[in-house]
Amino acid sequence: MRPDLTAIAQWVAPGARVLDLGCGDGSLLRYLWQQRQAPGYGVEIDDASVLDCVANDVNVLQVDLESGLSLFGDHSFDCVILSETLQTIHRTELLMREMLRVGREVIVSFPNFGHWSARLQVLFGRMPVSETLPYEWYETPNVHHCTIADFEDLCRRLHIHIRERLALHEGKPVTVMPNLLGSLAMYRCTAA
Amino acid sequence: MNVPHDPSSVGAVAAQKAAFGEPLALKSGATLPSFEIAYETYGELNAARSNAVLVCHALNASHHVAGFYEDDPQNVGWWDNLVGPGKPLDTSRFFVIGSNYIGSCFGSTGPASINPATGKPWGADFPVVTVEDWVEAQARLADRLGIERFAAVIGGSLGAMQALQWTLSYPDRVRHSIVIAAAPRLTPQNIAFNEVARQAIMTDPDFHGGHYYEKGVVPTRGLRIARMIGHITYLSGEAMAEKFGRLLRRGVPGFDFDIDFEIESYLRYQGDKFSTYFDANTYLRITKALDYFDPAADFGGNLSAALARAKAAFLLVSFKSDWRFSPSRSREMVRALLDNRRIVSYLEIDAPGGHDAFLLEDPRYHDALRAYFGNIEL
Repeated sequence: MRPDLTAIAQWVAPGARVLDLGCGDGSLLRYLWQQRQAPGYGVEIDDASVLDCVANDVNVLQVDLESGLSLFGDHSFDCVILSETLQTIHRTELLMREMLRVGREVIVSFPNFGHWSARLQVLFGRMPVSETLPYEWYETPNVHHCTIADFEDLCRRLHIHIRERLALHEGKPVTVMPNLLGSLAMYRCTAA
Repeated sequence: MNVPHDPSSVGAVAAQKAAFGEPLALKSGATLPSFEIAYETYGELNAARSNAVLVCHALNASHHVAGFYEDDPQNVGWWDNLVGPGKPLDTSRFFVIGSNYIGSCFGSTGPASINPATGKPWGADFPVVTVEDWVEAQARLADRLGIERFAAVIGGSLGAMQALQWTLSYPDRVRHSIVIAAAPRLTPQNIAFNEVARQAIMTDPDFHGGHYYEKGVVPTRGLRIARMIGHITYLSGEAMAEKFGRLLRRGVPGFDFDIDFEIESYLRYQGDKFSTYFDANTYLRITKALDYFDPAADFGGNLSAALARAKAAFLLVSFKSDWRFSPSRSREMVRALLDNRRIVSYLEIDAPGGHDAFLLEDPRYHDALRAYFGNIEL
């Protein structure tokens, strides 16, 4: 499983009700159910991934995140997860607000555009391509890249309280200068 | 006749009938003194009786879900692309039952059946039946077949309403409910289409207030128009444009009222065909069953409260081009099931076929059903 997913799983309390937005093939939800008895639902738009979820016996709902989370009631989940999907969302603020409406706690992970390799590639006049940013500019599904510093600015603006932060590089935690040395950022947030 | 053997077909099948002597109390307050249900089965019921799947049909179909009849090999079941050995609903694993609803004209007791009180066809006197009544009748069939609990109940459109109603009428008798191209109740616009269809039938001079059997006539004109209206709503505008465009039958406009456009030819053909095999009294009743279906009605319109008693796991599927039962209607049910913390998955398939897409073989749709059935434990 992706290292960020293993890390996310550790933030999910046993038995918690989970909503995984952009859940891919449902492997995190399957893992959470098997390891932490945490029941959940995934939201996914891609046909092939939705089929994988059904095959994996994971509850999946094929709806578009861009239209908000109107299927879900207020605080109907203990934990709402958005893993490596934030950067693909057009209406970022709307989704962040919706996640905090629906969940008591929100876990967000995204590729950190502030990582030195990205900075270096831009310095040399190129759009970054790396393990966490694997797409060429002309084929990327990503629309809203941000850095650790940028994301924390947004949280302040939306009055989101950051409970925990973890920066990773190649699956390992980064404690020194995370915005420069971390290629993947993870946050555990609640409403302020 | 020598039919080449297709290993994915259930092959030649025969319809059966089950007769029930106990009166059936209907939602309308009327009582059906006795009734018969026509049904077909495919595959084998296992020793644990845990592999039964009930297939509920929609408006104009029947219990003939899969396979063909020995004496009529062209008459292939309406969901043959889904049901068979190795197909998404795999009859080498599941015992599949197709059951014809009461009020039908295909074998179960309906308006053309003999009313035991008069010795004549029921005609207009046959009671108005509802989705709830159909489920009650099907439950008796399940009892007869020794099925305490279905592995799954599946249906599309009006069939999906039955699949949902099963989880409400008999929460402990359904493990999985597969609800395709459905709505938790019709919109006024939908009821309006049904009313136009009914008016077409009832104003046909050959209708005779529903007692046309004894006059030896059939209100074919009304049935034709009813079917044409239905067909317009089952197809998406896009599918219609792709299939027919503005093609002219005769190449040039006729400046008369014969068939100009291909779509006119299609509608007339469908209407003509339908009027030869479908019963007008049945059509009136099934459109009413559609109109009346509304599980939330007893709960002040609160669908979440209505679905609270369902215990099944659900799979809902909708099609983006379906404007008769649009995806937003399926999402209403998903929302209500989520409110109740039920096990539910929902697929919204970007297929062009309109409402009829549920009968077609879109790979995303069929692959998902295959995967879902594959995970049902026996």
